[in-house]
Amino acid sequence: MSYVVQRLLTFPLILLGVSVLVFVSIRLIPGDAITAMLGTEAGMMTPAQRAALAAYFGIDQPVWSQYLRWLGGLFHGDLGISSIYGKPVLTVILERFPLTLQMALMSMVIALLIGVPLGVLAATRNERPSDLIVRIFAMLGQSTPSFVIGVLIIYVLSVYFGMVPAMGTFTPITVDFWASIGQLIFPAITLGFAFAASVTRIARSAMLDVLSDDYIRTARSKGASPMSVVWHHALPNALIPVVTLSGVEFGYLLGGAVIVEQIFALPGLGRLVLDAITQRDYALVQGSVLFIAFNFLVVNLLVDLAYVALDPRIRLGGR
Amino acid sequence: MKKALAALIRHPSGRIGLFIVGLYLIIAILGAVGLTPHNPLQQFMLDRLKPPSGNFWMGTDLLGRDTMSRLMLGIGQSMIIAFASVAFATLAGTVIGLLAAWWGSLWDGILMRLMDVLLAFPAILLALLIIAIVGPGTLTSVAAIGIVYTPIFARVVRGPALSLKRRDFVDAARTFGSSQRYVLTRHLLLNLVAPLAVQVTLALAWALLTEAGLSFLGLGTQPPTPSLGLMLSESKNLMTQAPWLMIFPALTIMLGILGFNLTGDALRDILDPRTQRRDA
Repeated sequence: MSYVVQRLLTFPLILLGVSVLVFVSIRLIPGDAITAMLGTEAGMMTPAQRAALAAYFGIDQPVWSQYLRWLGGLFHGDLGISSIYGKPVLTVILERFPLTLQMALMSMVIALLIGVPLGVLAATRNERPSDLIVRIFAMLGQSTPSFVIGVLIIYVLSVYFGMVPAMGTFTPITVDFWASIGQLIFPAITLGFAFAASVTRIARSAMLDVLSDDYIRTARSKGASPMSVVWHHALPNALIPVVTLSGVEFGYLLGGAVIVEQIFALPGLGRLVLDAITQRDYALVQGSVLFIAFNFLVVNLLVDLAYVALDPRIRLGGR
Repeated sequence: MKKALAALIRHPSGRIGLFIVGLYLIIAILGAVGLTPHNPLQQFMLDRLKPPSGNFWMGTDLLGRDTMSRLMLGIGQSMIIAFASVAFATLAGTVIGLLAAWWGSLWDGILMRLMDVLLAFPAILLALLIIAIVGPGTLTSVAAIGIVYTPIFARVVRGPALSLKRRDFVDAARTFGSSQRYVLTRHLLLNLVAPLAVQVTLALAWALLTEAGLSFLGLGTQPPTPSLGLMLSESKNLMTQAPWLMIFPALTIMLGILGFNLTGDALRDILDPRTQRRDA
């Protein structure tokens, strides 16, 4: 259990490190925020106006004092004001987050629905043609970048079906369930493809490991049906690495998928950060990167806890 | 080394992987010495958007440039960035991982937590931040991809290094008065070659993927230098009129990544007897 406690203790430390790193690095980007914000209009400002604007966004202070002020604000949910949107950073992030969350969930569901059955199938037919086909599929899936899949999907849809996937808009799932799912289905397939390939591979190798265990032989020799052995006795244990992998992958997806969002013109977290970086929106970059890192760390922590809960050997102190 | 290569050739997927990687290296060299069917930057004004033909095997783009010649140069560009960034990540990660394991306690904690901080950033966002600071370009891509993958190498090295450090033969070497550097390089590093080799090959596949992704976003290799990612992203608006502009770069990217993935997997099979015949 001390492992979990240790993880909990280092958690704020890592977040603090992330915050310092992003705070410093965004300020290393050449060009100043005011010019980036106003474009050519910045040239028309008097020095006094410039100074007033800098004071409004708090960027007239020395960096360390800006950092301390920002850190203080964090504790009551104040991440500053976005210079692009003129709204509180947290509000902007929370507007974008539902899309990213839903897309991540949908790709995970797709990946598990395809990956687990394929992995189990391949493991039970080890070295036979169906196993080989599944392995080739998984290898190809892992080697195909999401943007290749995305571009291919758009091509097939437009050339062979004469349709264009919904782009640029997003209806929240609370407003219209099916419209919302429909808008994200192709981006989710794009992301889910490589994800499904990794799930297949890990499910297959975990299943092969488990199937050679003694307790499976015992179950077989006491006359359990082959189906029951695979699905009942073996699968629950083989799922432990699948849970770990899916959790980590899900944590990454929560950080937004810049490229896929770009291809399908979706207003998700990834493009938010991309825009914030290119337009020098200091507060928005800091806030969103911290938000993403926080989610990633929380998901990883949960994965570790799930791992401990699922595997009694660890729970009982075998580490 | 020779034995590993022979085993790779005997391994069914290792053979295919090695073949692809070898082919890509040859193409990269041919492109670098100028042995392309056409000048990759030349614009054949009368042959714009031509489908594949005897003269232009993979067709031409909107500016009348030969797709095949551009792909050959793009492969070279991708390979240079992939190899350079993985070399960077391997070197930096190995040094950090070894020192963390060797010094132990406080230093181990500090170094590995720093790596955790880097790992908490999504890879592509970290790369974007670095590119925003230094400006896009070949060297920036190398640095960005290299920094992103450094923590992974640090982790791969630290674990085995920690357990090696406690082994008797390391203690023995130290009692005999071997210098710290000798013990680190001779006894620790030499025993880490196997796990590192696997990681390096797989990292090359990711680096290829990340490079193509960055160029796809327009933040990697800058035009007019051809790059696979940029060629694919430029093909997006023309895909119904000129599908060859999309198909060939897409296949080139996929096949390259596949080659390194197959080789890496085969290496893991060969070097780690426990997973033999499992993860193919």
